[in-house]
Amino acid sequence: MNLTLSHLIALLPLLIVCATVIVVMLGIAWRRHHFATATLTTIGLNAALFSLLAVLTVTPIRVSPLLLIDNYAVLYMALILIAGLASTTLAHAYLEGFDDQKEEFYMLLGCSVLGGLTMVGSDHLLSLFFGLELLSVPLYGMAAYAYRTRLSLESGIKYMVLSAAASAFLLFGMALLYAESGSLAFADLGARLTEGGGHASWLLMGIGMMVIAMAFKLSLVPFHLWTADVYEGAPAPVTAFLATVSKIAVFALVMRLFMSAPVTDMASLHTMVAVIAFLSMLVGNLMALRQDNIKRLMGYSSIGHLGYLLTVVAASDDMALLTTGIYLITYVATTLATFGVIALVSSPWQGSDVASLKFYRGLFWRRPYLAAVMTVMMLSLAGIPMTAGFIGKFYVLATGVEAQLWWLVAGVIIGSAISLYYYLRVMVMLYLHPTEEEEYDASSDWGQRAGGIMVILLALAVLVLGVYPQPMIMLVSGASLG
Amino acid sequence: MMLPWLLLIPFIGGLLCWQFELIRPNTAMPRWIALFSMVLLLVLALGLWVSGDYSLSQAVGNTPEWQSQFQLPWIDAFGITFHLALDGLSLIMVTLTGFLGILAVVCSWKEIDRRIGFFHLNLLWVIGGVVGVFLAIDLFLFFFFWEMMLVPMYFLIALWGHESEGKSPVSAAIKFFIYTQASGLLMLVSILGLVFMHYTQTGVFSFDYGILRETPITGVMSWVLMLGFFIAFAVKLPVVPLHGWLPDAHAQAPTAGSVDLAGILLKTAAYGLLRFALPLFPETSQAFAPIAMGLGLVGIFYGGVLAFAQTDIKRLIACSSISHMGFVLIGIYSGTLLALQGVILQMVAHAFSAAGLFMISGQLYERLHTRDMRQMGGLFGRLGALPGFALAFVMASLGMPGTGNFIGEFLILFGAFDVAPWVVVIASGGLVLSAVYSLILMHRVYWGPPREKSTIAHLDGREYAMLLGTLVLTIALGLYPQVVLDISQGAMHEVRHWFAVSPSFAG
Repeated sequence: MNLTLSHLIALLPLLIVCATVIVVMLGIAWRRHHFATATLTTIGLNAALFSLLAVLTVTPIRVSPLLLIDNYAVLYMALILIAGLASTTLAHAYLEGFDDQKEEFYMLLGCSVLGGLTMVGSDHLLSLFFGLELLSVPLYGMAAYAYRTRLSLESGIKYMVLSAAASAFLLFGMALLYAESGSLAFADLGARLTEGGGHASWLLMGIGMMVIAMAFKLSLVPFHLWTADVYEGAPAPVTAFLATVSKIAVFALVMRLFMSAPVTDMASLHTMVAVIAFLSMLVGNLMALRQDNIKRLMGYSSIGHLGYLLTVVAASDDMALLTTGIYLITYVATTLATFGVIALVSSPWQGSDVASLKFYRGLFWRRPYLAAVMTVMMLSLAGIPMTAGFIGKFYVLATGVEAQLWWLVAGVIIGSAISLYYYLRVMVMLYLHPTEEEEYDASSDWGQRAGGIMVILLALAVLVLGVYPQPMIMLVSGASLG
Repeated sequence: MMLPWLLLIPFIGGLLCWQFELIRPNTAMPRWIALFSMVLLLVLALGLWVSGDYSLSQAVGNTPEWQSQFQLPWIDAFGITFHLALDGLSLIMVTLTGFLGILAVVCSWKEIDRRIGFFHLNLLWVIGGVVGVFLAIDLFLFFFFWEMMLVPMYFLIALWGHESEGKSPVSAAIKFFIYTQASGLLMLVSILGLVFMHYTQTGVFSFDYGILRETPITGVMSWVLMLGFFIAFAVKLPVVPLHGWLPDAHAQAPTAGSVDLAGILLKTAAYGLLRFALPLFPETSQAFAPIAMGLGLVGIFYGGVLAFAQTDIKRLIACSSISHMGFVLIGIYSGTLLALQGVILQMVAHAFSAAGLFMISGQLYERLHTRDMRQMGGLFGRLGALPGFALAFVMASLGMPGTGNFIGEFLILFGAFDVAPWVVVIASGGLVLSAVYSLILMHRVYWGPPREKSTIAHLDGREYAMLLGTLVLTIALGLYPQVVLDISQGAMHEVRHWFAVSPSFAG
């Protein structure tokens, strides 16, 4: 096929991020400079973000059989780039005090973002696998970046082993599908398999294995065991990245697979997804109840949230696409700001993160705005009106009711009721009387730093979108597939 | 165009209080800002009261008769609008909210001495949320405020609450929050069910009360949706099997929190039943009425017995609220105009008497540092005017003629007699229980041999004025209830109309 100018424009974000990674790498080889490296990365990611405006002029467009750049992909690319930028900003403040090589971090981050971008644009099993590995492999390194602390190293290794196992599942599943259909492109795959002739059981096994691999990445029950440990051990900016970029990319892809390949119409598959969703809501929220470490708590809470979101996959209708976008936007903004606060309190790096809940006691009386941000985030995660989280939950419930998935709706309600307990516990902790114990605080000028500004902006966005979600809804409803 | 202001005043006032504290800590300024906003709210509401015409509307038709409306587009995709409207019912509730808001600010003048600004932020936002609940007639907006008001209330209880029997106020606050939020989500699902039902019938998304009211729903679905609404309101009212949060939340909340909880938060549930549950599901509600009345009876007796067994003075008052709300539930589901009017009066009167009693227990606590009635006794004569006020409010609460509570209970029982005579007969028996626990309260706290001879600090001007004002209103309501009845007439007529015409649909 011929590459024309419009193909190049469509690939612009990928190319820019690629170039950024290479420039950062060469820069490090030439001279180490933490601030310059972080700035370069930020500029690169920003440029990629703005290039999306140009991409919008050529969408939808198929670039090689592997990639389909449509509005849907552009939306999630934007989300991934924003999340990547936020993590870069947080990492800069965090790594200031790091007593080892700081600069390579940005290169790994760039690579991982590149993987995410590939995934949301992929329309082919090959690019899916390629993107997923490009996303995950740098993450092993990022999770274990503070490898001198035992927890960080452990988290990296755990993530690596389990992720590799998931990849094996994915490959096997893909192989089975290929054996049945003789094609790796989503649409083709769907068409050939609906023509019939294939062995239903092989097909089911293939798709099932792929779902398992995705469930690993999305940390859904019963494939969630790595989540809490990895969240806890990884440095806070990495956890922020892991909790957002990898979830967006994988979920966007699962949604595309389910929407564009009608193979997935099989009833048994939908039942399986629904069961996974239901279990995730319950188990994730129940496990979070007893946590005293806020990063572990967020890990379990993310299991619950992905469970809610999976309702949408079980529904798989037009409304589901809208809900996916809205929920992911609200969830990503909330998660980023939450980990942002944690990272700010833990910055600069002092050996390990300030993640135990007791260190947050009385934060409001020392850093009122930072605690207010955290409060808004907890309310948003709990889905209370006036925050974006409520809009997300509203859409999930609406999708569930519309598709008449009553027991999933019941699961969302029960899960939310349980989750209130621990979100409220974190929230009230911020306001209780400070004790005389050792205190960790964000530096007093946190509000003037880039990380602080970003966290405040995110909090404002969460509030504004919670009260006036219309722009977000317009944006997402414009992001159609194909 | 007054309606948005009713809503904005508390929210803006609250933010100002907080910001003021951040700039200049430890001043009394937030109190004055809060007081000013509450007075402004009350004045605006009274202005509407005087200027509006709430008499019986002749044409009870398909379009609700609103005195004034305010509508802005909000979320187009779902046909959600920012729709506020006011009729007699909402006006009474909003005025009541304004008045109790003032009481809540004034009664915490001395009690709250730390983080004043943040306290008033929460207090005013509760008020703002409640006003929103009373004004919103878009179901999404209604739910929005319904859930939103929980958060500041949670903070009020958790941060400024008292320990009771070794339990921290945080756990009471969490219990309150989980109960109400989870039941609220059930209501959200019901709302969505209703909206999608309407959508399948007409192809239009709308959350508007006036439009959804026209959606005919029958069969199992109508029961499921109706129960979603009912459970959410039943938790808040509270109806007996769902009342677990109430004694703890009341006992451990600061005085202002208890005043707001008993005075207006419980009333949002009765309001919700009158405004939404009955008109949206008239047939099902009618079929459900015997069960609801039965639950009301259980509440009357169970609440009474529970109150009798309490040793904590605030828990006693809280449990007595369960009993009083049982009457409200019976009145609502009997559906006659007389009983519905009685419900309105009972709500207003109960708000006054419960607020008075909670303020008195707050004042006792400030002086004695206990709420345990076993450690009181013989306070009459040691406290100046306070026991006199307590006696008056206790009498009001047990429904003595001459107080608004009497009129309320009388109208409810009288009005319901036509529809459900046996329920009324049994419920009347509950009045005896209320006499028993009220007298027990008086007896344990104020009579008997005094523990010490010394006098305790008497009421100061602020406390005296608060109690006197509330008492005057209670008695005024008892002597001339027509002021309130005139305003609510039109709205109640409409509820009765919806409730009464439904059998003709079925037949």
